[in-house]
This record gives sequence, C-alpha cells and structure tokens, in this order.
Amino acid sequence: MTEISERAAVRRLNDRLGFGPAPGDLEAGLDATLRRLLGPATDAAAAALPPPTGLAPPAAMGKKKDPDAQKDKAAKKAAARQRVAQERKLTTWWLDRMVVSRTASERLTWFWHGHFATSNQKVRNAVWMLGQNQTQRKYALGRFGDLAEAMVVDTAMIRWLDGQKNRRGSPNENLAREFMELFTLGIGHYQETDVAQGARCLTGWVLGRDGKGATFQRRRFDSDSKTLLGKTGNFDAKGFAGLALTQPASAGFVIGRLWFRLVSATPPDAATIARLTTAYGDGRNVRSLLTAMVAEPAFRDPESALVKQPVEWAAGLLRAMRVQPGKLAEKEQTKLLAGLRGMGQLPFRPPSVGGWPAGASWLTTSAGVTRLQLAQHLVKQAELPAVEEANDKVAAVAALLGVDGWSERTKAALAGVKDPKQLTALAACAPEYVVSG
Amino acid sequence: MDNLTRRRFLTLSGVTATGALAVGATQVNWSDLMAAAVDDPLPSDESVLVVITLYGGNDGLNTVVPAGDPAYQKARPDLAYEQGDVLDLGDGLGLNPGMKGLKGLWDEKQLAIVRGVGYPEPDRSHFRSMAIWQTASPKSPVPTGWLGRWLDATGADPLRAVSVEPTLPPLLAGETTAAASLPLRGLALPKGALGTAYAALGKPSPGEGHWQARAAKAVQDLQEATKVLGAAVRTGHEQEDEEDEQRTQGASAGGTSQLGAQLELIAGLIEAGVPTRAYSASLGGFDTHADERGTQQRLLTELDGALTPFVQRLRKTDRGKNAVVLVYSEFGRRVHANGSDGTDHGTAGPVFVLGNKVSGGFFGEQPSLTDLSNGDLKPTTDFRDIYATVLRDVLGTDPTKILANHKTTIDGLLRV
Repeated sequence: MTEISERAAVRRLNDRLGFGPAPGDLEAGLDATLRRLLGPATDAAAAALPPPTGLAPPAAMGKKKDPDAQKDKAAKKAAARQRVAQERKLTTWWLDRMVVSRTASERLTWFWHGHFATSNQKVRNAVWMLGQNQTQRKYALGRFGDLAEAMVVDTAMIRWLDGQKNRRGSPNENLAREFMELFTLGIGHYQETDVAQGARCLTGWVLGRDGKGATFQRRRFDSDSKTLLGKTGNFDAKGFAGLALTQPASAGFVIGRLWFRLVSATPPDAATIARLTTAYGDGRNVRSLLTAMVAEPAFRDPESALVKQPVEWAAGLLRAMRVQPGKLAEKEQTKLLAGLRGMGQLPFRPPSVGGWPAGASWLTTSAGVTRLQLAQHLVKQAELPAVEEANDKVAAVAALLGVDGWSERTKAALAGVKDPKQLTALAACAPEYVVSG
Repeated sequence: MDNLTRRRFLTLSGVTATGALAVGATQVNWSDLMAAAVDDPLPSDESVLVVITLYGGNDGLNTVVPAGDPAYQKARPDLAYEQGDVLDLGDGLGLNPGMKGLKGLWDEKQLAIVRGVGYPEPDRSHFRSMAIWQTASPKSPVPTGWLGRWLDATGADPLRAVSVEPTLPPLLAGETTAAASLPLRGLALPKGALGTAYAALGKPSPGEGHWQARAAKAVQDLQEATKVLGAAVRTGHEQEDEEDEQRTQGASAGGTSQLGAQLELIAGLIEAGVPTRAYSASLGGFDTHADERGTQQRLLTELDGALTPFVQRLRKTDRGKNAVVLVYSEFGRRVHANGSDGTDHGTAGPVFVLGNKVSGGFFGEQPSLTDLSNGDLKPTTDFRDIYATVLRDVLGTDPTKILANHKTTIDGLLRV
C-alpha cells in the first residue's frame, strides 16, 4: 500500500484531530504534532476565551399570556429576538474556540456534539446548550463512560428527548431508545423490551425551574426491579448507561463512529476493530483510542479522504487566515452564521438526533453556491500579506491553506485570478481544500 | 413557467446520492438535456407521482381518528379527540380537526385513505423504519431507494426524478442513478474572471481521488446549472421557520419545513411539462413523545394548508390532472398515550393518496384497537402494495422488478 508523505500525514493530523493547520503548524514533525494534539496539556489558547454570559432564557415567555393580544405578540417577538441573539453569541464563541484551538479537545467536542446530537431548535435554552457543550468538552478526550453517563442525565438532552416527561408509571421511551440506538450500541444490539425497561431506568428526572438544570426526584423514579440487556436489578440512569456500555457491541460501535468522522468512510475491518478495542480498553479511554487510531496504516492511506463538514471547512479557513469570529463586527458574524446555515450545518442545530450527514451530502448544488459566497465574504475580513507579497501567489495560497499541493487543473484555474483575496476565496473552494485528502 | 425557464430547469444536475454511487456514475450530458427539453417535453397524458414524507412518525390514530371507539378514548384519556371534534369520514372515523381542506377533498372523492399500513415485524427506530419505507426492503438493508431503482430500470436519467429538499432522500438514490436536487432558493455565481476560474475548478483531474473528483463534479454541475438557471426558479421565498415551543416539540427526528413552498415549486414544474415523472418533498417534526395534541394538530394543519391548494391547483391543468400524491410516515405511534401527553414509537398508520386520478374513500382494514401486538396496532396493508400500485398505474412500470417480486396491488385505488 502506498502511503501519504510525512508532511501530508502531519496535515492530516491537523485536519482530523483539529480544524486544519494554522500558519506554522506544518513545520512541526509528526511526533511533535501528535504530542501537541493528543498530549496531556490543556488547550490554553481555547481556555482563554471565556464562555459568553447573559444567556439566561427570556423571562417566562409564553407562560403568562398578556390579555392584550398586541402586547402579547410584541413580547413574544422580543423574546424570540433575544433567543436568536443568545444563540448567535454562543455559536460564535464556539467557532472562536475552534479557530484558536491547539489540542484535539475542541475537535472531539465537535465530534461528540454530532454524536449526541442535540438541537437548540427544540431545547430553546442557550444556558443548557452551553452546559452540554462544556460537559462534552470536559470528557472529550477522557473516558467515554463518564461522557455517556453525563449525557443521559444532561439537561439539554433531557429536554431534547423528553426525559422530563418520563416518570414512574408512565414511561417515555424517546431517550432510552436513542441512547442505545445512536449513542452507545447501534441498531440490532438491543430489543424492544430493552427500550421499555431502559425508559423505566431513566425515570425521575425533571427540568429545573427558571432555567436551572435537571434534577432527580425520587418520587417520580420507578424503583422496582428491571430486566434488560440480560441483567436484572434496580437500575437507574447511571446503571442503564453502565449496562449499555458493557455490551460487547458497544466498543465497536463507538470506534466505528469515530473512525467514520476522523479516518475514513470505509469501515475498519475486524482485526483493526480488535486492535482499537484493546487501546480503548476497560477504561474506554478516548485519548488512547485516538492515539492508536491515527497510528493505523489506514490513517496513512491516500484513499482515506474525507469531505470536510461545513463547520470544519469554515473554521479551517478562518484559522489559516488568522481571523477570529469573536472579533468580527456583529453584522459580519451574522453573515458567517448565515453562510454555515446555507451550507447546511450550524453548530447547536443538528438536523436530528441522528446528527449530520457526511460525504456527498456536503457537495450539493446549494452548498456549493453558499461555500463560494461565504469564502468571498471571509477573505474580506483577513489581512493576507503572505499571498499579496509572494511572487508565486498560487503556491503562496497553497501554503496559507496548508494543502499538500494543487493539481494542474486547479493551478490553471487559480492562475486566472490576480486579486490575492479573490484568489484565496477561490482556492478555498478547490476540491483539494474542500476535501481533506 | 415559460419555455425558457423549463429549459433552465432541465439543466439542473445537482446530483447527490447516499454514497452507493460511484464517481461519474451519473453522466448528465449538457447538450442532450437541452435538446430533450425542446424535443421531448413530458406528454400531457403521462402521469406524475409526488411523494411526501412526514419525518418523525406521524400519529395515525390522531390523524384518522376512531373517535367513537371506546378503546381509543380509554387508551388516550388526555390525548383523545371527542367525536364532535373530528371531521366525520364515516366508518366511525374522522379526520383531525386541523385537516379541513383535506376533508373537502375527501367529499370530492379526491382523497383515498389506506388504513393500517405497515410491514411485518415492525422496527421502531426512526432511522431504520424510514430506511425500510424508502428502500422498500423490510427484511434486509439495501443501498438503493425504491424510486432510485425505478430510475435505474427506466433509462438512468436523473431528471426523471427530482427532490426539492435540501438533501437528497435515500428513496431517490439508485445504484447507478440518483435524482436531481433543486434548491428552493435561486442560484447565483460570480461573473468575470472569478466566475471563469471557478468553472475551471470543476474540470476532472487525472488520478484524482474519489472524493476530490466528486467535489470537482459538484462544481461542474453547479456551474452548468447556474449558467442557465440563474436566480430564476424562485427568489426570496425561503424564510426562517417560526420557532415557537409547540412547533418544535417533535423536532428531534429530522425533516424539513416549508412544505408549501416545496409543493408550489413542484406544481410549477409539472405545469411546465418538464420530463420529470417523480418528485419528493417532506415535512418534519412529527416525533411527538410529549404534549402531542397541539403540536401534531398544528403540523397537520400545516400539511393541510400546503396539500389542499396544491391538489386544487393541479386539477386545473391537463398535466396536473395526471398527478398523484402519496403521503406517508415511517411509522404510527403507540395506541396508549405515554403519560407525557404524547405517544412513543409504534407501528401501522394511514397513508394518503390524493389527486384527480384517485378513487376517493377508504382502502384497507382499520386495525383493531383491542387485538394488539405488544400494545401496537397490527398492520393490515403492506406499504409495498401501495408502491406496486403507483409504480404500475402512475409510472407505468412493472412493479415486480422494482420491489423484489412484490406482486400485490390495491385494486381500484387509482382510476386507470
């Protein structure tokens, strides 16, 4: 099997465990890059960006109806505007972190967001979305068991999958089913009775008043014995999560999901899964798993190309150009988010609990139009002396974006554009940049 | 739509697929298409199929409501509609009060309701059950959609089927052909040197990897589409969703909104005589595990408000009179409410078939509310019976080739 070059492998590490190379990142060697991304050090650059404040939900919106219909309508509109502004703040903050991030932590937070896909469309509470995001960040490279246990009682997740409606004597199966199907086991590895019994384990959780987090209320909990996944006992949420994770299918499922987004659309073979399961271990350690995953021969296979998701593409372009979304004027931030929405991917807005699609879904006619428009917009926010001052501008933009090289096709196309900013926007839409080779 | 717009539409080749498609498997030849637009418009007597997918699992029992059945009232004390609330259809059934327009179509015999539709050994996963409906393969997963296989079998022309949704649904992806996708908003690319250079990025590059080649092909498709389509299809019609709590309560299982805009676009295309035989549109939000009644009624009102003017508009033209609309969801919901004033994932549900060619009325048996299987309705009609009927009577194709030898049809559903 042919292998990609060491420099291309460094670039691939930056693409897959980060949001693409920032200027200078491709000068580091493979080992140094691995240490930076997967080493124990915390991400000081991302941590320096404090989470936004003022995200509390608009007061008692819609709870008390104003008898004056017109006033009521105006109040609802004002509350809706406030929600939009809060979500924009939250999303911009996260994009900012992606752009400055130095370790794999931020990229894995992004992965877990797609894995435990929760949308503010239904949650309608930026504080809860932030809370979930911080939990996913906390455990991003840690033990999957900790993350799964936290997610099954996470406030935004409970709201998203109706967990607060699930109580003793009247179970609601939504969360229990998706937890097994999409988060831990995959379809075919549990029975309908496991869903019904699992729902009983998850009873007792209610949403706090006034935007406070979910809490456990013993009187709503079904404390009778349950039988599921081959075991009988008085399981609660933690017990349910533990049962799911100890199923033989769980490790392979989690490994497969990470592989699909970080390595290749071609699933790993049985021998690879076995090796990776060993690395994942009884502790379900994500950092160890990823370290083993990027050491696999498939990670150096030229065939292991992935179409960048829109958020990865935009964050990568911003990184390369050293443009921080948080420092842009509000109007420009809105354009960035509108562009991402047009391409079909806005953080905190996955289309369903199944997460975002992949591959060819990002190569549609409408996504293509928006990608070019957004690229043209983003280059206007950047200073690009490295391209402006270069004699060979086409080569300079390859270095700026960190692509391995341009094909003759792309070289010829780029040669037709003289303006450094337009050239950069166009290069960002080249197949060599749209796809992480 | 004038002839020019029709020709512009024909240039669309924004083809995507579920991943089963090889690079370049769908070669849409530009000049052939342009010629086809002029030489080969859809004959006005050829029928057209419009498939509308309701994502999330629409609660069939609160759509076509057995309000007079004591077992229904008992199973859903806080969720049930009273007999006086629903729009009476006879047989002890009534339409959800949000569907007043469809009641009118029912009275005009242009709405058929197939009851108790499902498949053996129902799967209660959204994603799996939707895949079963879209691939028409309940037993084993297959990589092709049922209309995708129809495309493969009838000349592999992607413009024979068109989706107006943001991403292509699996039902339209075949092994060698995927339907074209047409965005609701217009397309616009820069002109001048930048536009020329962008077009050049779409050229194939020898030795390029699979995904890079796909990305280049996408640029090429877009370039060609935009050149002639421009912003002509529609501008400014796409709007932000209204997102209040009730509308989004069942949103966790996907699907799109703006069904009205999707159907308006389709109506225009049908009337213009583009050579497309099958269209796909969708509406999401039906995953009503909690506080179902208000949310579902609102969604059904939205469906009614999009579907009724669509069917009324279609019957005003010769081409529209030959259109048949099929509305389905991946499953119905449990008979018993779940205690959150909602319902969990269930099995069988009603399928709506609408249009001028439809023989209005009930088809299929209403499932019993007392003879249940694990608390769920027992399906009385296989959904493939409906597919086979529309394949034969609308698309004029031998259904057995598309549906793995499935032969059963529903006699009298369509006037042939």
